[in-house]
Amino acid sequence: MSLMLEANALECVRGGRTLFQGLSFSLASGELLEVSGPNGSGKTSLLRMLCGLLSPAAGEILWRGTNISSLKEEYLKDVAYLGHTNGVKAELSPWENLRIYCGLSGDRQPGAEKLSAALERMGLDEKEAAPVKTLSQGQQRRLALARLLVGARSLWILDEPLAALDSVAQRLVQAVLGEHLKGGGLAVLTTHQPMDVSAGRTKRIHLAPVSEH
Amino acid sequence: MLATLRWVIQRDATLAWRGRAGVLSTLIFFIIVVSLFPLGVGPELSVLRTIAPGVVWVAALLASMLSLDRMFSHDYLDGSLEQLMLTPQPLSIVVLGKIIAHWLVTGAPLILMAPVLGVQFDLPPKALLTLVVSLALGTPALSLIGAVGAALTLGLRGGGVLVSLLVLPLCIPVLIFGAGAVEASITGTSAEPHLSLLGAVLVLALLFTPWTTSAALRISME
Repeated sequence: MSLMLEANALECVRGGRTLFQGLSFSLASGELLEVSGPNGSGKTSLLRMLCGLLSPAAGEILWRGTNISSLKEEYLKDVAYLGHTNGVKAELSPWENLRIYCGLSGDRQPGAEKLSAALERMGLDEKEAAPVKTLSQGQQRRLALARLLVGARSLWILDEPLAALDSVAQRLVQAVLGEHLKGGGLAVLTTHQPMDVSAGRTKRIHLAPVSEH
Repeated sequence: MLATLRWVIQRDATLAWRGRAGVLSTLIFFIIVVSLFPLGVGPELSVLRTIAPGVVWVAALLASMLSLDRMFSHDYLDGSLEQLMLTPQPLSIVVLGKIIAHWLVTGAPLILMAPVLGVQFDLPPKALLTLVVSLALGTPALSLIGAVGAALTLGLRGGGVLVSLLVLPLCIPVLIFGAGAVEASITGTSAEPHLSLLGAVLVLALLFTPWTTSAALRISME
């Protein structure tokens, strides 16, 4: 069965204000969804909704035709989320961070080669044993992105993946994203920079503030 | 599921070990509060023996409140709580792992320290044993009940005080049965009924709080 993410008439209300309503889209294997919009237009809220961290005020999100709120953990097996915080522990080393992530994802014995390969790809192989708090912002972001490489999840949900990255790393992320899409994966991301991902088909959504009257 | 539990416990225990100072402060707080009483009340042994159960238990309760706010807040701030919530496992298992780890690093040291502190109050050996058993049953219950409060007050300003206001009333049964058990064994009656009730509180907390805590976390994270 092909992978398919669908959103039907989503509505988001935050702090009594409607950020967006009637938002529908569908995303199939190999497709990328780029969400743009001004600050405060609900981009992050939309991504959190797609992860199931936030429940929509109205509408539904379907994964392979089933509502994600009834799939629960089954859905999370397919999802990798990168928020605007990196979600890595400053006291642990990059290697330990990845190992725990794999362990919690259900890998019985996360292979050392797999972790090292992901860190090397992200250019962190020299830092793999240093505590994360000694790494720069950009390096911490790279570590958060390395999670995507070890996870083998099919739906990537990325909030500003290019934030804090240098131009080399930005190209690297776009290459990794291209491979993911080529391999039949899906991705939803927010960005303020145009992404150059040649491999997949790109869909775009622009969130405009709902007018008050 | 057991593997998940193991990973979460290992994760939090490692983090606690790397940030030892925060964990030690709970233990030192407990030691100091309990030690202040003999200094303040004076060396009258019969008085000290009478107040000992209450003093040790109240101190244990306050020490465990003090450490509650670290259970989720660090993970909340650096975004790793979101990642934990997106773990493809039931959230209540992840939460239970975090509670067990929290108890191991904050509750368990209190149990080990309590007999030494009990000697300051001239407790007889039998009462010291009861004190240890009652704390072994009671402190996990305190961590479990406290987790609900910690999850509910996540991300709120002044959450530390608020969590105490929420959780302390709920901990009163643990305090009554815990202190009651030690008192019974000082006066020579059986501590068993108190300990059984304490055990019952622990089992109830173990059944319901991981589930309630994960519901509270979901609300706080929205």
